[in-house]
Amino acid sequence: MKKRLLFVLMLLLTAALLFAGGSGESDSNVVKIGVFEPASGDNGAGGKQETLGIQYANYLTPTVTIGDTEYPVELVLADNESSNDRAATAAATLVNADVSVVLGSYGSGVSIAGSDTFRIAGVPAIGITCTNPQVTEGNTHYFRICYLDPFQGTVLANYAYNTLGAKKVYCLAKLGDDYSGGLVNYFIERFEELGGEVVSETFPDGNSDFTSYIANAKNSGCEVFFSPVSTEAAQLIINQAQSQNLGMPILAGDTWDSNVILQAAKGTSVDITVTTFYPEGADPEFDEGFKEWVNADATRLANNGGDDTVAAVTAMGFDAYNFALQAISNAGSTDPGDVMEAIWDTETDGVTGHIALDDVNGDAIRNTVYVKHANTETGGWDALPAVVVD
Amino acid sequence: MAEFFHQNLSYFLSGISVGGQYALIAIGYTMVYGILRLINFAHGDVFMCAGLIMVYLSASLPFVISVPLVLVFTVALGFIIERVAYRPLRSAPRMSVMISAIGVSYLLQNAALYFTGGLAKVYPALPWLSDSVVIFGASTRMVTIVTPFLTVVLVILLTLLIKHTKIGMAMRAVSRDFETSQLMGIRINRVISITFMIGSLLAAVASLLYFTNYASVTPTSGSMPGLKAFVAAVFGGIGSIPGAVIGAFIIGICENIIKGGASIFGIPGSGWTTFSDAFTFAFLIVILVVKPTGLFGEKSVDKV
Repeated sequence: MKKRLLFVLMLLLTAALLFAGGSGESDSNVVKIGVFEPASGDNGAGGKQETLGIQYANYLTPTVTIGDTEYPVELVLADNESSNDRAATAAATLVNADVSVVLGSYGSGVSIAGSDTFRIAGVPAIGITCTNPQVTEGNTHYFRICYLDPFQGTVLANYAYNTLGAKKVYCLAKLGDDYSGGLVNYFIERFEELGGEVVSETFPDGNSDFTSYIANAKNSGCEVFFSPVSTEAAQLIINQAQSQNLGMPILAGDTWDSNVILQAAKGTSVDITVTTFYPEGADPEFDEGFKEWVNADATRLANNGGDDTVAAVTAMGFDAYNFALQAISNAGSTDPGDVMEAIWDTETDGVTGHIALDDVNGDAIRNTVYVKHANTETGGWDALPAVVVD
Repeated sequence: MAEFFHQNLSYFLSGISVGGQYALIAIGYTMVYGILRLINFAHGDVFMCAGLIMVYLSASLPFVISVPLVLVFTVALGFIIERVAYRPLRSAPRMSVMISAIGVSYLLQNAALYFTGGLAKVYPALPWLSDSVVIFGASTRMVTIVTPFLTVVLVILLTLLIKHTKIGMAMRAVSRDFETSQLMGIRINRVISITFMIGSLLAAVASLLYFTNYASVTPTSGSMPGLKAFVAAVFGGIGSIPGAVIGAFIIGICENIIKGGASIFGIPGSGWTTFSDAFTFAFLIVILVVKPTGLFGEKSVDKV
């Protein structure tokens, strides 16, 4: 009996193996675009919203014209699980699927971790919201359509010092996280230059008890709590800031521009200000179309965090897709090498502004940072004046 | 002195509360070890599942019904895990059971990943427990105050159960000598099932308290508390219930004192929080070097 069961099980598994190989054949009439985004882990929520932007753009523009032929575009999704160890495997999946160009990832750490796989395969990658300079520094295959952390850190430090009038700031980053660690460093650099003082601490992976960090911020006499960490930790920080009565404004970077934050902050007395790429309402046509598309499908709605808020990363994902299509069209070929050449000179007008890349690292030339403040009564964002740096 | 106390009270409060939550999880580890000589690696994930069950149940049911249901479902989960993954391996080498436990742990994590879609679920705010209170100027949640008392009450009840009931006596006998107690007519399988059910019940209570304080459940949120509770059980001497409880409180308090080191010891620096986990585990090594069986561990006697 047991033996027969074992035999059937083995047969089933072997059959499954056969089917798994089925999707490997490549169709030469399709342009494949890889989506290198986290769908689980710390940054799962943000990664899903960015992917939604790409999918919405694909829904509106499902084909690309190369020369005189129109090719359908197929998105190949790979989940990098927000983990630096899994990033290379996810990147390899995309490379093996013969994608022409890769979009992503949300989170700088995974982008850096996956970078080498793309370089060796000669596949160009376009970072959408990974703001750490190291993603594109010193390489010719990783590009980026958003601003960088030194820029964002400077804007945030100026905001804390000049607008909020803080002289002492508490900085909290996640240990070993390229994004929050990097942004905190640039923030400190600028803030100390301005004459302020900082207390900087880190928390280890898997930590969910932030009460002691909040107590530290209070005890050290800080006036602003700066913590540009992942949304998962952010949710806990907001929750505990409320119960511990933090009593100072929280300042964060682009990751906090998410409805996860709004849902956590709704009905509390926590004061949250974030910098971001795109304020909802800047392009009403895009907002409306996206909301309609998201509400039409329960899975999309769940992936967007349960409501139809337009996250900045969604708008960025939308622009990245169109930017990639433009690049493929300019290249006149689906070959990754040709696309890589063409990206340098590609320019588009997206919903988040004009996108053009510099010719040193392939970073976007951007000078505007949008500032938002969480409205704890309505559970929405209030736009504050945008910061333009020349 | 008063000012020192006033300023640092919140560290001690969160230390005691998180210690109590670790204690409830640690009892599950230590009881199963005491009886089966098995480290149940899936225990932390049972704790996580209890959190998720609560998230899904409370979405459609009032708390009066969902809270007892969480306890019932978690107990059932513990029972099923033992029945399916451990009982068929009763006569297998101990290593096989342990690998099976690791398998169950990953199975639960991945099942949770599938159901939640990888996103953090917000834990519902339980009435009364999640209310804010101010004690001597430190503001915190009701659950912080309730946890240590509830833990102590549950531990006393458990001790009474083990000392004064028939099933408790059977448990003690089984943990003393597995084979002989079987020969004496004790229904081993029943005793083991009940052990797992008690462990799961306490894990469910711990999850109610823990996630009320740290209101976000992810598929991996059981692993860190599970690991710390396991450390606490080893620290107190694995197999000993009072040991596990005291160990858990020590670990919880130490962890938070170290995080607040800059304020408590007056030595500024950012290293305190960075190394808080490292300090905790280094402390464990020191204790084990000095007392290899843990604080209250049974001395191993070689039987001839």
